[in-house]
Amino acid sequence: MPHMKEYDYGSAIRAGFDYLLSEYPEVFVMGQGLWSPWYVGNSMTDLDKIYGTDRVIDTPVSELACTGAGVGASLAGMRPVVVHPRIDFMLYALDAIVNQAAKWSHMFGGQAHPGVTVRGIINRGGEQGAQHSQALHSWFAHIPGLRVVMPATVADARDLLIASVLCDDPVVFIDDRWLYDLKGELPAPQELDLRTQGPVVVEEGVDITLVASGYSTQLAREASEVLLEEGISCEVLDLRVIAPLDPAMVIQSVAKTGRLVAIDGGWRTCGLASEILAQVAEHVPPSLLKANCVRVTLPDAPAPTSRALERLYYSSIDDVVAAARSCVGNA
Amino acid sequence: MENERDIGSMLGDLKDPGAYQTPLEISGRDPGLLVDLLRTMMLSRMVEEHLADQRREGTIGGPVHLGIGQEAIAAGVSQFLRSSDRVFGAHRSHYHALALGTDFKALFAEILGKETGLSKGMGGSMHLWDEPRGFYGSVPIVGGTVPLAVGAALAAKLQASDAISVSYLGDGACEEGVVHESLNLARVLDAPTVFVVENNLFSSHMHISLRQPSDSTARFAVAHEIPFEVVDGNDVLAVADAAGRLIEQARSGGGPGFLEAVTYRWLGHVDWRADIDVGVARSESDLKQWRLRDPIARLRAALEAVGQWSLEEDKELERELSESIEAAWSQAMDDPWPSDEALLKHVYSSEGGA
Repeated sequence: MPHMKEYDYGSAIRAGFDYLLSEYPEVFVMGQGLWSPWYVGNSMTDLDKIYGTDRVIDTPVSELACTGAGVGASLAGMRPVVVHPRIDFMLYALDAIVNQAAKWSHMFGGQAHPGVTVRGIINRGGEQGAQHSQALHSWFAHIPGLRVVMPATVADARDLLIASVLCDDPVVFIDDRWLYDLKGELPAPQELDLRTQGPVVVEEGVDITLVASGYSTQLAREASEVLLEEGISCEVLDLRVIAPLDPAMVIQSVAKTGRLVAIDGGWRTCGLASEILAQVAEHVPPSLLKANCVRVTLPDAPAPTSRALERLYYSSIDDVVAAARSCVGNA
Repeated sequence: MENERDIGSMLGDLKDPGAYQTPLEISGRDPGLLVDLLRTMMLSRMVEEHLADQRREGTIGGPVHLGIGQEAIAAGVSQFLRSSDRVFGAHRSHYHALALGTDFKALFAEILGKETGLSKGMGGSMHLWDEPRGFYGSVPIVGGTVPLAVGAALAAKLQASDAISVSYLGDGACEEGVVHESLNLARVLDAPTVFVVENNLFSSHMHISLRQPSDSTARFAVAHEIPFEVVDGNDVLAVADAAGRLIEQARSGGGPGFLEAVTYRWLGHVDWRADIDVGVARSESDLKQWRLRDPIARLRAALEAVGQWSLEEDKELERELSESIEAAWSQAMDDPWPSDEALLKHVYSSEGGA
């Protein structure tokens, strides 16, 4: 068996772009910082030099026009990826994403194919503060017509990117700078059909279900190791695709374990963790629940800059462990 | 409340309601082509008059934004377009599609919410789609399609095609930031986009003088180093000549162009009334004068003066159009509604909606 090279998450994203640009002439990439060595970590290094600045386009400081241009190019048969190095700045592009990309299939009776991929990077911590920290995936997951993808593993970072770009629907692909150093093996690239991709069980367990996506999946996995040492067996689910959300696996797992901790890097109110709890409340018979379901999320406040407050703000492995422990203790 | 302010004028008499009321200058033009233009404009006019009537009677349930009085712009521009081009519209876009040859029965069906409509009954008046004729969509978010047109033009460039994009927008849209981003982007990327600003001097109820410090939007083309032309938008030949130059330039690799066509809408912002926007009323005498600057009457009079058109021919054309409009309308009224499944099946086009 050939030895597989170990990759990190950031270079796996780059491998996804490399694959797409070499295999599909209709793929092009545009966004701010694509010709710069630092804007997007190691996730796009030298692609402009390999594939040319016609197909890897560093752009004016115009998030909305560039994203709208991506939508328009997709209508005309291209498979564009619009990159936003920081999701906070991507808010300028909401019209193109929410009013245009998400709506054009429905409004035109399925005849328009706005298959643009909008990549937004969550880039937080490090005392960057309220406008350099947001994780807004739940917003996009609220909008019918968008597919929202949050890879949590090295292989998904590449293969879900490929699947997103090859999908005829608009996709918001959200990766997280806190995952860029995550190591993992990378087998040969796969062309997955995004429509068939959804949650997976990444750790099997019997006492409690931990549901997460993106970086939160990493928190859940590390917390599950700590909890296992305490004799608590966690089933960890990685959502992967948060819109449209397939809740079947969450429902099945919670029906089995009777306990749920939903972990999310976004805010508490009306967030992804709320949706997970709602699915369980609707579909798991109360008789099967052994404890109240619990959310681990950001508090409902903008991100602080002071490191003292930052420590308080972001969820840690300890927070997940404590939440799970209290659920099991409640049994 | 002031209805207008004194502002810097670059348009001069182009915005004077009393100017340009005489027959068009047509010497040396191909009469067949002129009659085609007349027919295109008359069809647009009569289709929209029919829509105004039906809206007034309540047969049409949703808002219709009518372009009566502005027909010359789309008629002139479309003369140079091919079905491989990518035309984007806005809230007032029935005539943009009709000028490309869109089937008005399918337009009627769409406005009535029928499955046989341009957008399969999912869009209505404000969301029109006719890709086979190069109409890549209209939406009512002001300025919403402008960057999409730039992207479709960029796609044409990457596809090594000589297709171009046309972006129809209004003077009001020029107050949206995205339009400026889009002009800059089109210039920087040399994306072959022709921006057609229909400057009808009003955005909804507000005169341009209450919204901008100058009356001509072409100054934004200057700011972005995009070649531009400013024309009488009620002169189909002036529009066509300028559009022809800008389209040819874009098609041949010269990058974006900007056409400002000065016109006036005869009806209010939405539906059939002339004065529906009561916030800041527009002048009745202006409207009266602008109706004399009718793009159709000016071409018709010119053709009649040289014996290329007669009252009889005019009546005959009107009768023919009227009959086919009535027939199309009654067919559209009888057409089926979308199935209940349509509500969910078109959310993702990849799920086999169409």
